[in-house]
Amino acid sequence: MARKITFQQAVNEALAQEMERDETVVLMGEDIAGGTGGEGEMDAWGGPLGITKGLYSKFGDRVMDTPISESAFVGAAVGAATAGLRPVVELMFIDFMGVCFDQMFNQAAKFRYMFGGKAETPVVVRTMFGAGLRAAAQHSQCLYPVFTHIPGLKVVVPATPYDVKGLLIQSIRDNDPVIFCEHKMLYTLEGEVPEEPYTIPFGEANITREGGDVTIVTLGRMVHIANEAATNLAKDGIECEVIDLRTTSPMDQDSILESVESTGRLVVLDEATPRCNIATDISALVCQEAFDALKAPIRMVTAPHVPVPFNDTLEDLYIPDAAKVETAVRAVMEHRQ
Amino acid sequence: MATAKKKARAKPQGTREATRAAVTVTPATLLDYYRQMLLIRRFEEKAGQMYGMGLIGGFCHLYIGQEAVVTGVQHALEPGDTVVTGYRCHAHMLAAGVDPKRIMAELAGRAAGSSKGKGGSMHMFALDAGFYGGHAIVGAQVPLGTGLGFAHRYRKSDRVSVTYFGDGAANQGQVFEALNMAALWTLPTVYVIENNQYAMGTAVSRASAVAELCRRGESFGIPGRQVDGMDVVAVGAAAAAAVEHCRKGRGPILLEMMTYRYRGHSMSDPAKYRSREEVSKVRQERDPIEQVRERLIEEGQTDDAALKAIDKDVKAVVAEAAEFAQDSPEPDAAELAVGILAGA
Repeated sequence: MARKITFQQAVNEALAQEMERDETVVLMGEDIAGGTGGEGEMDAWGGPLGITKGLYSKFGDRVMDTPISESAFVGAAVGAATAGLRPVVELMFIDFMGVCFDQMFNQAAKFRYMFGGKAETPVVVRTMFGAGLRAAAQHSQCLYPVFTHIPGLKVVVPATPYDVKGLLIQSIRDNDPVIFCEHKMLYTLEGEVPEEPYTIPFGEANITREGGDVTIVTLGRMVHIANEAATNLAKDGIECEVIDLRTTSPMDQDSILESVESTGRLVVLDEATPRCNIATDISALVCQEAFDALKAPIRMVTAPHVPVPFNDTLEDLYIPDAAKVETAVRAVMEHRQ
Repeated sequence: MATAKKKARAKPQGTREATRAAVTVTPATLLDYYRQMLLIRRFEEKAGQMYGMGLIGGFCHLYIGQEAVVTGVQHALEPGDTVVTGYRCHAHMLAAGVDPKRIMAELAGRAAGSSKGKGGSMHMFALDAGFYGGHAIVGAQVPLGTGLGFAHRYRKSDRVSVTYFGDGAANQGQVFEALNMAALWTLPTVYVIENNQYAMGTAVSRASAVAELCRRGESFGIPGRQVDGMDVVAVGAAAAAAVEHCRKGRGPILLEMMTYRYRGHSMSDPAKYRSREEVSKVRQERDPIEQVRERLIEEGQTDDAALKAIDKDVKAVVAEAAEFAQDSPEPDAAELAVGILAGA
């Protein structure tokens, strides 16, 4: 059995292994080295969550603390990528895309196409997203649908320690700009992770549970909520197939359609707010491509269309949970044509 | 006529540059400057003409009047140095040595264009020529150029990154962020502000609290110099010194080129925000190409016949580019969804 480490340690390990393998890999971000740039424990603390802890001691100035100037360092990473480096930047919270979005969607995403294939931009933007930490409206959003909307970006939303390592290594080796979205509530999750480097290809969903009654398509932290709901439903004889998308761009449409064609029922679970999110996208896909297979209307389980509230009770109400998923699954099961 | 002109341009407003006498320049370099600036002007005139004929569409920003800036700066660069700029980029592609045929074909949106017709006037890129793009979001190229400087430093090379932006872009927030970071990391980055006096149609004094844009790096400790951007010799000298500063590892430096564009901001701008007299005064007194022509003749370095031969050559190059563009096929419809991601 492989050793168990946390999601956060898996991120750190992927970064360290790629930096050892490839000298062009360089890290930039706020507080990712930390301290005063000297030697010692405090100078490799790796930010408030310690995700990049120790990397500065190992790699020195390949781990660059930046000013709190997201446009400048995301833009610099994009520019350096066009010149052949493989920068991995940390955008501390996905919400901060508001102050550097231009460099991601107008610059990085466009170069390959807009310059007729002459520019390549192998940059990774690692960023933390999601609700659950009582971080309120400006530090809790699920903004991956916004990036998914934009051609030229690849969008990764890993759910497990195993996946985060393999997908991050793939992202660093990939020759396109990748937005790598890490759910903040997953960092302490433990799981089996091989010590050696490995990659997980983009656009290949992970079927975390097989079942013939209802397909649940989901991603990120919600994979665990879906699995919990599926376990509970199995006690009542309802068998769910849970599909973890892993990446929203590219998206594994085949796995979704194949599963829906076999179950005839679909629940889409997405932590993002409900307008123009991954759930609506998949619902449209299935309506268009597998309408005849459907035995019941599609159900979407998402956050409500509101900013993320601070108060514990309100935030817990905001986040989709297993009970809401179970209700949706039972509703599609009970629907009679 | 010549005397009056010389007096007017001997002391351009705000210039702290060495005067003509103090800057030595070889006749060969002067002739290079002349040819390069003329190529840019004739190319841009042809582009404007083709735009008027409907052969070029979309947005199109001409560089006429500003030729000395890119010509002088490019002269100071060596292979391996990198350049990035905004959307007024045809001249920067030409100066970097890209084939004019590919540029004109791109303006016309043709398959043989530099960006396969998918980028147009504002979006060209030429890795081999060290040109990292025309970028159409005002100011966005400044972090990119800063990153190119970072890449040079990271590789421990002595190459230099040149980032051009306009007086309008100088007021974008990300420019300040990038300047701070470049100074903090001692990056080999020359920032060239092409101050053509108008951000679209708004005069510098109406948009910038302090109009001396060469001071924009002051609070980051970035030295700045104001240069007569209509005098290619002054530009060349200032650029050479700035590039040297960066090559020696002294960190970023900023040059404010006082220049002027004769045409509107874009082809759709009739430039009603300034008087005809203002434009014709600059054309008559400070035209960058005329300055070099007069100097070459006065110093006896060349004669009218030789200059006419250059004119003829340049016209032929531009005519060939225009013909190539018009004869090139449109992109294939299958190209629409190709080349967005690697291998797709």
